[in-house]
Amino acid sequence: MSMHYFANPTHFTRLAGRIQQWAGGLAAGLLIAGLYLALVVAPADYQQGETVRIMFVHVPSAWMALFCYSFLAVASAVALIWKHPLADMAAKASAPIGAGFTFLALVTGSLWGKPMWGTWWVWDARLTSVLILFFLYLGYMALWQAIEDSQKAAKAAAVLALVGAVNVPIIKFSVDWWNTLHQPASVLRMDGPAIHPSMLWPLLVMALAFKAYFVTLLLARMRMELNLRRIRALRLADRTS
Amino acid sequence: MTRKRRRIYVIGGFMLIFATAAALVLTAFEENIVFFYSPTDLAQKLKQEPFPPNRRLRIGGLVEEGSIRRAPDGLTVEFRVTDTVEVISVRFRGITPDIFGEGQGVVAEGSMAADGVFVASEVLAKHDETYMPKEVAEALKKAGQWQGEKNEQRTE
Amino acid sequence: MERIVEFMAMGGYGTYVWPAFGVVLAVMALLWFASMRGWRKSELDLRALRESRRQEEIAKE
Repeated sequence: MSMHYFANPTHFTRLAGRIQQWAGGLAAGLLIAGLYLALVVAPADYQQGETVRIMFVHVPSAWMALFCYSFLAVASAVALIWKHPLADMAAKASAPIGAGFTFLALVTGSLWGKPMWGTWWVWDARLTSVLILFFLYLGYMALWQAIEDSQKAAKAAAVLALVGAVNVPIIKFSVDWWNTLHQPASVLRMDGPAIHPSMLWPLLVMALAFKAYFVTLLLARMRMELNLRRIRALRLADRTS
Repeated sequence: MTRKRRRIYVIGGFMLIFATAAALVLTAFEENIVFFYSPTDLAQKLKQEPFPPNRRLRIGGLVEEGSIRRAPDGLTVEFRVTDTVEVISVRFRGITPDIFGEGQGVVAEGSMAADGVFVASEVLAKHDETYMPKEVAEALKKAGQWQGEKNEQRTE
Repeated sequence: MERIVEFMAMGGYGTYVWPAFGVVLAVMALLWFASMRGWRKSELDLRALRESRRQEEIAKE
C-alpha cells in the first residue's frame, strides 16, 4: 500500500473516521490523566510555588502553536508543489486549531507572568514573535474567507503560510539570540531537560493529550472540508446541466 | 515531473531569499530587539558616548548577593545588578515581584541619575529555565551541588 | 473541607492558576464542539443532497 492509496479522498475518509475515534478517546483520557498529574500529583516549584502548574498548560499550548504552524507550512508547500487537494484541506483545517493554541499560550503566559515576573506583558522578542504568529494565523484564515475562488484562495493562503514560516525559528531561538524577559527552553535544549522528572512527566502527558486533540480535530475538519467540496461540486453540476 | 521539480526550486529559492532578508533585517535592528542591556553592555555604551540623562532604558542581570537594602518607608529598595563583570546600583520605589531576591534574575526599567545610580520605575523578576520541587533544591544545596541562577546574561 | 480550601487557594496564587486552566479547557471544548458540529452538519447536508439527487433520477424514469 503506497501513500497514493490514502491520498485518494474516498480511502482517506474511511481511514480518517477510524483514526479520529481512537485519537479522540486518547485525547480525552490523556487530558484527564494530565490534569490530575498537573494539579494534584506534581509538586510545587522551589521558587515559583504553585504558579508552576500553569506551565503544564502553557508550555504544551506554545509547543502546539509552533507545531500547528509547521504542519500548516509543510502542507502548504506540498499543496503548491504536488497540487493535491488533501494537502490544501490539511493546511486549512489546521489553522483554527493553531490559532486557538497560540491564543492559549499568550493568555496562560500572561496569567503566569503577572505573579512571577510582575507584569502581564512585555514587548520582548519571544512574546512579540508569538503575537505575530497569532496574527499570521488570523491573516491566513481571513485570506481563505476573502477570496471567492477556492483554488486562488488556496494558492494565496499557501504563499502567506510559507512567508510566515520564517517566524517559526525566530520564535524558537528568540530566547537565545536576544536578551528577553522570557527564560530559555527547559525541555528541548542541548544539555537535556532542566525540569525535575516529577514535573517533566505531567508536562509530557499534557503535551501528548494536546497532540491527540490536534489529530482528532484535524481529521474532523478535513472530512468537513471534503464534504463541503463534494456539496459544492454537486451544486455546480446542477447549474450546468 | 519537470514541472514539479521546477516548482520545488522556485519555492525553495523564494524561501531562501526571504529567510536571508529576514535575517538581515533582524541583524540590522538588533539594538531595538534586545529587551535589556547587561551591566557590561551599558558600561560599553557609556564609554562610547556620554549618556543623555532621562533617556529610558532597561538593564538586566542578577541581584548581587547581600546587596538589597530596604529603606524604613518600606517602599524604597536599593540593590546592585551584576553580570559578574560589571555592576550597576539601582534605586526603586515600589512593590517588587514575589520572586525578587538576592541571586535572582531581574530586569529594571528607568534611567541613569546624575549620581550614577540607575533609578528604576519598574522592576521585573526574571527566572531561569530550571524547575524542581523544594526538597530537591534543598538536597542539592546541602550536597554542595547547587548551581544557583543559571541565567547569566550574555556579555558580548 | 480544609484540604479543598487549601487546594483551591493554590498557595495564594489561585486567582492565576485556575483562570489559566479554565481558559484552556474552555477554548479547547469550544473548538472541539464547533469542529464536530461543522463536520456532522456537512455529513448530513451531503447525504440529503445525494438523496434528493437520487429521487430526481427516479422521477425522471
